[in-house]
Amino acid sequence: MAIISTAGLARTFRTKRGLVEAVRCIDLTVRPGEILGFLGPNGAGKTTTLRMLTTLLKPTGGAATVAGCDLATDPAGVRRASGYVAQSGGVDPHVSVREELVTQGRLYRLPRAQAQERAEELAHDLGLTGLLDRRTAALSGGQRRRLDIAMALTHRPRVLFLDEPTTGLDPASRADLWDLVRRLRDEHGTTVFLTTHYLDEADALSDRLVVVDRGVVVADGTPSALKLAHGGASDASLQDTFLAITGRGPAPTDSAPVAV
Amino acid sequence: MLLHDTALIFGRYARQTLRSRFAMLFGVLMPLLYLLFFGPLLTGLPLRSRGSSWQVLVPGLLLQLGLFGAAFAGFTIIIEKSQGIVERMRVTPVSRLALLLGRVLRDAAVFVFQAVLLVLAALAMGLRAPLAGILIGFAFVALLTLSLASLSYALAMNVRTPQEFGPAINALTMPAMLLSGLMLPMTLAPGWLDVLSHFMPFRYLVDAVRDAYVGSYATAHMLYGVLVALGFATLSVTVGTRVFRKAGA
Repeated sequence: MAIISTAGLARTFRTKRGLVEAVRCIDLTVRPGEILGFLGPNGAGKTTTLRMLTTLLKPTGGAATVAGCDLATDPAGVRRASGYVAQSGGVDPHVSVREELVTQGRLYRLPRAQAQERAEELAHDLGLTGLLDRRTAALSGGQRRRLDIAMALTHRPRVLFLDEPTTGLDPASRADLWDLVRRLRDEHGTTVFLTTHYLDEADALSDRLVVVDRGVVVADGTPSALKLAHGGASDASLQDTFLAITGRGPAPTDSAPVAV
Repeated sequence: MLLHDTALIFGRYARQTLRSRFAMLFGVLMPLLYLLFFGPLLTGLPLRSRGSSWQVLVPGLLLQLGLFGAAFAGFTIIIEKSQGIVERMRVTPVSRLALLLGRVLRDAAVFVFQAVLLVLAALAMGLRAPLAGILIGFAFVALLTLSLASLSYALAMNVRTPQEFGPAINALTMPAMLLSGLMLPMTLAPGWLDVLSHFMPFRYLVDAVRDAYVGSYATAHMLYGVLVALGFATLSVTVGTRVFRKAGA
């Protein structure tokens, strides 16, 4: 039984220059407890897909279910079952770590005392305990990222969506975050759906990769299967495999915007 | 759930306001300057209105405070959008309507507080008005800020940069202030301007508060003022709700 499944998921934006098909047709399934790497060049439709799967954006075509809840008819169920960390994170720089965590718990409808307890617990799990009373602006990049993830884990979601979680982090913080993602899956069985531009990250972390280009899925398989099929050998580099799949180098300048 | 969520969002933004007390006092500065440096010019002028010049000016300044303050409320949401805070909240089960109501109620509270400061200053300058009238004035400030802040947030949700938002709001608030006779009553205006000003909803609000400040509560001005204020509030909150409910806004 898939925990995420989409069929023909599509999103068209109306802009001044006409219609932009940011996502044209996404068909994919994710199994429970899987770490899925969602790859693609800039403008391929990764963030738009993620925003649809997290109920932030209504699809203009197709259907999807997350944790058994239909995106169109039960967005509240999807929200209860999933956590989302956007590229930009989402904490107020002037608010303390504790206040953000407690407020998040209350947004997930925990009573005040339980929200405070959960904040302590999350801080402990994610190594933020000593930082609870600091303003979020005073955190390092790696600490900020851990806080963003703690916020998304408040309600113990079955699915965690991470949009470029390690962009801008130093190597130690990245390694740290990889461990965290693996730990989430191993200890809690959390399904992780992550986008990244770092192919070493996708390679090291993902059980399976889905590559999108121009709004459609162009490849789907384990890292080694994709390397064999597209890179010519199971030990080919993922970089070469990726370029072979998408058929080009850097993204063209006229590619569709990620979001409008 | 709506009540719970609204209280939660209200609390979050009220704490934010309390953290920046200086900004809150700064908001009352413009009407206060009008009171200090413009008010005394009116004391000897024939304003063709009942009561003292303060009973004419202070209601105008109260609504000016609400007009300029609340119309710019949307700025904060543009910043929060770029920080990802809006989307972070929207992926939680929180009521979409509460995300709007919590914010606008905070705004209404802030501007009523500023209105109280302004009236206290005006009392020191020489304003004398019945207490009931003053309280009615605060109610109008609350309704006006509720309405304008809702519209402001709705507009801000659809705007990407503060650079687009600021000029748009300025272009709307300046004519609104001049045409509603906030500074000087429209009874002084030539016929065409007086007619034109009747198309500006805030005119009815200021006329009603001026009546309240001279102790006339059962007047046509008051009736129209209440109707326009309630109608405008209903319309604005409806527009705001639609924008906040729409996914992806």
